[in-house]
Amino acid sequence: MTTTVRADDAELALAPVGPHDPEPTAAPTRRTPPRRRRVLQVLTYAALAVFAVIFTYPFVWLVSASFKPRSEVFDNLLIPKTFTIENYLNIWQEAPIGVWLVNSVIVTALAAISVTASSALVAWGFAYFRFRGRGLLFALVIGSMMLPGAVTMIPTFLIWNGLGATGTLTPLWAQNLFGSAFYIFLLRQFFLALPRELFEAAKIDGAGNWRIFTRIALPLCRPALAVTLLFEIQAAWTDLLRPLIYLRDSDTFTIPRGLKSLLDQFGFGGEWHWEVIVTASVITTVPMIILFFIGQKQFVDGIATTGSKG
Amino acid sequence: MSASSIAPVRPGRLRARRRETLSALLFISPWLVGFLIFTLWPVIYSGYLSLTDYDVINNPNFVGLDNYTAMFEDPKIALSLGNTLIFTILSVPLHIIVALALALLLLRAARATGFFRTVFFLPKMTPAVAVGVLFLLIFNGQDGLINRVLGFFGISGPYWTTDPAWVKPGLVLISLWTIGSSIVILLAALKNVPTELYESARIDGAGFWQQTTRITVPMISSTIFFLAIINTIYGFQIFTEAYTAFFGAGNTTYSNDAALFYVIYLFRQGFEYLHMGYASAMAWLLFVVILIFTVAQFAISRRVVYYEGDVR
Repeated sequence: MTTTVRADDAELALAPVGPHDPEPTAAPTRRTPPRRRRVLQVLTYAALAVFAVIFTYPFVWLVSASFKPRSEVFDNLLIPKTFTIENYLNIWQEAPIGVWLVNSVIVTALAAISVTASSALVAWGFAYFRFRGRGLLFALVIGSMMLPGAVTMIPTFLIWNGLGATGTLTPLWAQNLFGSAFYIFLLRQFFLALPRELFEAAKIDGAGNWRIFTRIALPLCRPALAVTLLFEIQAAWTDLLRPLIYLRDSDTFTIPRGLKSLLDQFGFGGEWHWEVIVTASVITTVPMIILFFIGQKQFVDGIATTGSKG
Repeated sequence: MSASSIAPVRPGRLRARRRETLSALLFISPWLVGFLIFTLWPVIYSGYLSLTDYDVINNPNFVGLDNYTAMFEDPKIALSLGNTLIFTILSVPLHIIVALALALLLLRAARATGFFRTVFFLPKMTPAVAVGVLFLLIFNGQDGLINRVLGFFGISGPYWTTDPAWVKPGLVLISLWTIGSSIVILLAALKNVPTELYESARIDGAGFWQQTTRITVPMISSTIFFLAIINTIYGFQIFTEAYTAFFGAGNTTYSNDAALFYVIYLFRQGFEYLHMGYASAMAWLLFVVILIFTVAQFAISRRVVYYEGDVR
């Protein structure tokens, strides 16, 4: 999606404000009088600016607090009175942040790559081939999305526990090898929109199913694959519930799980080292902000498509 | 029309079709295997566990419907379900109204739409744990930013993180900070409303408010409905933000009944107290409650939602 504006808005913004006599109190006119229109524009921007401040301030507050010494964390000043990078230097001694980051990177990479690959395979299977039972099976894909995670949570834990995988990173991502209903749905929509003649032509040229999939369908589907990859990176990086269920030792924690343990230790535990927590929060969040700026278009497009399927 | 009918007709159509089915099954096999292991079996086993006492160490002990009857006598079930309902009922409408208001503003921002959309979306990227931490800091009763701002206007703000009456409103407010995806979805829907409708309305003398309530909202009602459904489902499963801020190892001071949401209680029963049978029964109750709300929303939507091409 582009940021193009609707025609009438552009007109609103660009319309020359002539020297006509503005009559704001006049009876219903065909068009809003120019001056009122301008006032409206100014009000719109003012409101947007206020909201923009509300939406960004918590970040700014957090980042600013992370550069303050312990005693000033709560002073609510935008610019730190005493600017220090001590927190970022000390935090590596306070907690195994480095290990947590590495664990998170491993889990996130494996989760995103495996779910994208497997979901694409499955989505193609549903989009391209015609076979008996396809409708029913696809209904099961959709139906499984309606099931609250809480229902399968405990038996799934028992499976991993039975395999001796609790306490390792495996349960955090390995399920992604089997695809995920939401991404299968998303990618299938995308595959269905591709012109079928392309594949028929390749088939006549003697290309096999695997070749058609990898050489023609996948390259054409790159934007949707990017959306899947980005969505899953975000989901895997931010997950707290699964690390809470499966991880016990601090060495195995992902960064959100580590942040939670810091909060328990330094926030509630009576030590009140909020500067550690604030700094760890920034470290946890920044990769997601970077991710958004890398894939902004994909995020926005992907989410907008999700909505239009409703 | 079908792919198989064009396929090389060597030994016969039937064989080609069989091969096509086989290929299809190969492609969907990851999902098929995953579905059997991680959805179908867990659903069945969870149903069985809900009829047992199970602590992972000893074998499940069949107790019939005891877990379900016990839920009726457990005051924390009513409490956590009530908390969750209050949170959902407060947050879903507010969420949609604020997101719609912001999307409408964005639509009028001409060339700055993209910039402001980015700004409004960014908080959505914040990990939920960090949102929980931010809640504790910004909504702190004494030094928190929110109360400082309120104090500036002469209002003495409540103790958001410790006063049971204000915990849920506080969590609803912070949840509004992450409505970025709803704004994006609504903005996309708004851009699809035919502009002729507004033009003719303007000719008829309809003002902004009338245009919004008579044209915009009805035209995007299917999107609003979609958001209502998914946000209700999410609302019922609220966990991370509240768990981060109010529960956890060694945290006794902040444990707060007002923030005990249903999935948090379920998690504690299952993984902290190892009452896996009871937690499974709780999961099924949650499933039924969500189902009832979703069906009710669909029933209401048949009366109020407009789908393009609908014949009335």
